[in-house]
Amino acid sequence: MSERPPLLRLADVHVRLSGSHILQGVDLTVRRGGVTALLGRNGAGKTTTVKSVLGLVPSSGTIEFTGGDGRTHRLQGRRTHEVVRLGIGYAPEDREVFGGLTVAENLTLAERRDSAHHHDRVYDLFPELEQRSRQLAGTLSGGQQQMVAIARLLLNDNQLLLVDEPTKGLAPLLVAEVADVLARAAEEVTILLVEQNLTVVRRMATDAVVVDQGRVVWAGSAPELLADPDRTRELLGVAPSGGAHTGSERASSPTTEQHVRSRRSSAGEAGA
Amino acid sequence: MSTVVLLTVTGLGLAALYFLVASGLSLIFGLMGVLNFAHGAFLTIGAYGTWWAAENIPGAGATGWGFVYAVAFGVAVGTLVAAVVELTLIRPLYERHIEQVLVTVGLSLALVALVRAVWGADPRPFPRPELARGTTSLLGANVPNDRFLLIATAIVVLVAVLAFLRFTRFGLVIRAGVENRTMVTALGIDVRRAFTLVFAIGGAFAALAGALGGIYLGSISPGQGTSLLIFAFIVVVIGGMSSITGTAVAAVLVGLVQQFANYYAASGVGDLSVVLLLAVVLLTRPGGLTARLA
Repeated sequence: MSERPPLLRLADVHVRLSGSHILQGVDLTVRRGGVTALLGRNGAGKTTTVKSVLGLVPSSGTIEFTGGDGRTHRLQGRRTHEVVRLGIGYAPEDREVFGGLTVAENLTLAERRDSAHHHDRVYDLFPELEQRSRQLAGTLSGGQQQMVAIARLLLNDNQLLLVDEPTKGLAPLLVAEVADVLARAAEEVTILLVEQNLTVVRRMATDAVVVDQGRVVWAGSAPELLADPDRTRELLGVAPSGGAHTGSERASSPTTEQHVRSRRSSAGEAGA
Repeated sequence: MSTVVLLTVTGLGLAALYFLVASGLSLIFGLMGVLNFAHGAFLTIGAYGTWWAAENIPGAGATGWGFVYAVAFGVAVGTLVAAVVELTLIRPLYERHIEQVLVTVGLSLALVALVRAVWGADPRPFPRPELARGTTSLLGANVPNDRFLLIATAIVVLVAVLAFLRFTRFGLVIRAGVENRTMVTALGIDVRRAFTLVFAIGGAFAALAGALGGIYLGSISPGQGTSLLIFAFIVVVIGGMSSITGTAVAAVLVGLVQQFANYYAASGVGDLSVVLLLAVVLLTRPGGLTARLA
């Protein structure tokens, strides 16, 4: 690694939402280039970590972003749109495309003034979106909506993509397609990927960070983590399989779900 | 027959006033989640601004282009006040809806009291341009021209707003923001600029309604805006809270029901019927007329 600071650095980040302490001192770094997978059981704090970077939830501690110009920006105290304009794209967990707007309007809305707009690249990756450009996004299938969400990311020049569970709820074929597109994008831009599907993680992640109960419990090389079934089972509650594209290899066994549910109910409602 | 025609056109004229006030309320609520109780005060400011300009500003007056200048002045003041209110009072309370409601309620009381303190509580005769004074014969009824002026203005505003929402980038941001404000900011858009714009647009329409209401009623008084606001809120709720088309349809419904009930039942029954209409709509379509579109 070079002397340059990492692209993104979180140090001792705490998030408290409506009385519950969701992030309890998260430390993590995302280095330039590659895909860092943010792993952990349901309710561990993955989504909240991503939202804290964007300023969508209030946080304490340090969150710093060092852009291509070498300048380090403290992200807290900035409003969400200002963080995004530093070159940070976001695809949220539930896609959140604008159902009342057409596909083309969704993309036009995503055009940022600080960036060139690569409609050709987007339509090249997703020819289907060009055919459906006049269709209301609310009438698209889940997979097509995910394409719109990813297209919004790739439309602008970004330095970091925050992608939250892009394959959630998708059929296995679509999971593979989304993973393909993200893998292609990862050749040009750094990605912080929240993902439960270990097949996808294995396919593209270079680094991995595991959070549990609002803290980082493991960080290092993703292939190394997945090569160690005992450690993976211990950290994620699931053993990695041979790596076939089954799409069924998910880091949430029933026992984990139960564990999370009981923890959540004791912590109150905490959209972690 | 002529009575029905007269009632219909008058009801539509009233609907035009309701629409001008309610469209702003609906945009503000849809985008920002703010129930703006100060909206009636913007109407009062527009009415008094127009009246004051017609009397005091050289070139402005009660007739012809002079009256157009006077209305433009009143609308400009209403727009400015609305924008300043958003920037100074609503913005610092972003996402704190109860405080925002309290501020707008307080503001509506304060602004109306201010107008009353300066110009008195008594109604002031409002200038009526010659164009609005005459009547036009329509299907056997002599309909006062001011009704047509109200209706035409409301139609122009409706078409302009729909075009603005559909064809401009700000319109796109507003439509998206009504759906999901947070995601709009997560696309790198400063949604607060759209907030100020929507408030200013709402203020402009309310002020325009103030000037037109002055023509329609022949006089203005400080409390006029507030009493119109109640019906405008009912229109917004019936129309589905954040749909401009729904608001227009609801305004027509409320205006007609009110006129016909006032005439055929008894004066005052109109207001009651409007509340009844609200109850019926809420019971049958809890989300308002356009609920299924949302």
